[in-house]
Amino acid sequence: MKIPGHTAVGMPGKRRTREGPLAWLAAASVALSLIMLGALLVLLSVKGLSNFWPATVHQLTLKGGETVIGVPLETRELPSRQGLERRYLTANRDDGGGIWRWLANDQITEDTTPEDLVVLERRHWGTFFGRLVALQSGDQRLTGPDAWTVLESRLKEINALRDERRRLTHDEILPLIRSMEDQDGHRSEDRRLADLQRRASELQQRMQGDLVVLENGQGRRQEQALAEILEAWRPNAMAWHEKLGHWVRELWQFLSQGPRDANTAGGVWPAIFGTILMVLLMSILVTPFGVLAAVYLNEVAHQGRLTRLVRIGVRNLAGVPSIVYGVFGLGVFVYGIGGSIDRWFFESTLPSPTFGTGGLLWASLTLALLTLPVVIVATEEGLSRIPLHQREGALALGATRFETLTRVVLPMATPAMLTGLILAVARAAGEVAPLMLVGVAKLAPQVPLDGEFPFLHLERKFMHLGYHIYDAAFHSSDVQAAMPLVYATALLLVTVILVLNLTAIFMRHYLRKRHGAPVRR
Amino acid sequence: MSIDGELPKRQLAQARLGNRRGAVMEFSAADTCLDIQGLTLAYGGKTALKDLTLRIPRHRVTAFIGPSGCGKSTLLRALNRLHDLNEDVSRHGQIHLDGHDIHDPRVAVAELRRRVGMVFQAPNPFPMSIYDNVAFGLRLQGGLSKRRIDDVVEWALKSAALWDEVKGRLRASAWSLSGGQQQRLVIARTLAVEPEVLLLDEPASALDPISTLKIEELIRTLKPHLTLVLVTHNMQQAARVSDYTAFLHNGELVEYGPTDTLFTHPRLRRTENYITGRMVG
Repeated sequence: MKIPGHTAVGMPGKRRTREGPLAWLAAASVALSLIMLGALLVLLSVKGLSNFWPATVHQLTLKGGETVIGVPLETRELPSRQGLERRYLTANRDDGGGIWRWLANDQITEDTTPEDLVVLERRHWGTFFGRLVALQSGDQRLTGPDAWTVLESRLKEINALRDERRRLTHDEILPLIRSMEDQDGHRSEDRRLADLQRRASELQQRMQGDLVVLENGQGRRQEQALAEILEAWRPNAMAWHEKLGHWVRELWQFLSQGPRDANTAGGVWPAIFGTILMVLLMSILVTPFGVLAAVYLNEVAHQGRLTRLVRIGVRNLAGVPSIVYGVFGLGVFVYGIGGSIDRWFFESTLPSPTFGTGGLLWASLTLALLTLPVVIVATEEGLSRIPLHQREGALALGATRFETLTRVVLPMATPAMLTGLILAVARAAGEVAPLMLVGVAKLAPQVPLDGEFPFLHLERKFMHLGYHIYDAAFHSSDVQAAMPLVYATALLLVTVILVLNLTAIFMRHYLRKRHGAPVRR
Repeated sequence: MSIDGELPKRQLAQARLGNRRGAVMEFSAADTCLDIQGLTLAYGGKTALKDLTLRIPRHRVTAFIGPSGCGKSTLLRALNRLHDLNEDVSRHGQIHLDGHDIHDPRVAVAELRRRVGMVFQAPNPFPMSIYDNVAFGLRLQGGLSKRRIDDVVEWALKSAALWDEVKGRLRASAWSLSGGQQQRLVIARTLAVEPEVLLLDEPASALDPISTLKIEELIRTLKPHLTLVLVTHNMQQAARVSDYTAFLHNGELVEYGPTDTLFTHPRLRRTENYITGRMVG
């Protein structure tokens, strides 16, 4: 508790020096913690957010006459300690494998940044650095500046078509197929499906047909279908406001789109959605249980040895490693309860499981169990902090014990319950280990909430930001290439947890004000 | 006490002094509000009250004085069965309210506590608005129209001499009031359920002198309508506001009599020592 009017450091003036080492030590630990936290946020922000900035692309001429196109990255000393070398992102994975190249500084004879260098974001094979030679649209062949202008406008059309096709597939064709599976298909449904599929392939047709001719650093030419290209930009020709616009667009795509290329590119929207939805479900599950358990322990149960034992047990449960809860969730929820549900209600689809496999519901339940002790302990502390004379005041007015509990004690304890919930959310949103056992998926492009009955699909697997980080950092084909994505996702996870916590904190603040209690700091 | 009408004035029977335990005053049954008979109370083996017998007169202020730990608050809390919550408390003896045993199994303890209201040492308004605090007890009873609740709240706040200070901000938090106002709010809250007895457990000990004075005035104005029982550490306060005073020591009733007599001509040396400050409480 803070004593009003006293500062943590101590008395001002000369006395302060006498407190000497302890005060300094305390201040130093605070400073160190703050610096570490600040460093964490700065690192995540810089590394994560700079990834979306359109970096200048350099064209280098080497001593042997070879030309390399790339984005310069970090510098280090040569192994021979004679001069420096620099790492360049050269992209073009289809052009020999690697996307990085170390070049010694003295190898480079010329370093320019020509404006006609293009960067292409492709559906496969990652990024391309090089030049646009020509654009072939039907019989028409465009070269020079015209080619770039037409490329940009055609790309917009194609992207619109692609969005339309995605919408058609996800919102109409897939639900129709699923409903037909359920009810053995009617003729009319068959016809509707065929019609939809024809429309989809029509869209596909309209996207195709155009070709671009590209030239890489060495001057080697290659053809590329325009439908394969997602985005194209010329960073060296962009003014800073264009770059900013590009950055915002890229960031938005990262937040709003699904992942591509085995989670090494694209966005993380399903993961954001999965994380938030799971945490919300967890909160809905854990709060009533935790509060009722705390009320029982603190208000109803006889305060004897058994209650004390239960209380110690609950507190110790908070320290059990999360993976243990994961194993429990797998054994009890997934195989036990989920398996039974499948046998009773979904027998027709067996042996392919419905609830008998990891899913949103089981993950939320497992995390609710994991965070239950936190909620119980926080609520109990809130209940025990309510002064006896408040309860006696209600009793003396003729309230029964139950009325005292519901009308005075519980409203006064709501801030404590929310504190418990805040701690629970903070813990649950950051957990990854137990989720791997009970329902998280590497790729689940369909979010578990959609327009299809029953709207919230508790049995579906879902994506999670924490697991996405783990997957991108350990399981992608080129870990170094995935690192910016890892940083960006980590920053996003921190932001999501922060937003969830702030929501709860504002709710607590509002409740405290409404109940007129002085705000404790 | 009733919101609707005046109560008939009652003549108090002449107090008759002298009986067992040195000082038990006898009132006729009609004038006795609370009749305590051989009350013994123990907290987990430790005796707090030893065989107390006394009668508390109707529509008068009775003060309990005595050093800390003498059992005066314990006695007060026995009168509305607030000890029921504590499982360690054991009790012998009876307490009758208007001739009915309050420990009778047929007595609903919530109803008893409504009839025997209590105000505590520290102001304990609930964390809600001023209005909701006063309406709390009324709402527990249920079945009252909003208009009726409005009326009673106003009447209770007027009775507690708080109405003029809060009438413009009934929806403000009760915790925004000063300590003295909070204590009067608690009294208003208690009055709103129309109790017959009001127990006051050192109601002014946490307040400044002016607030104390207001509480004492309030006690005097409530006296015609209610039986008041006051526990206090403050000898002057007991002398100022009470009609009868009981001096307790070590859980025993030492002397009980009209306040004037007890303070001017105490019969026992122990009483005299205490009220003159030679026995430190």
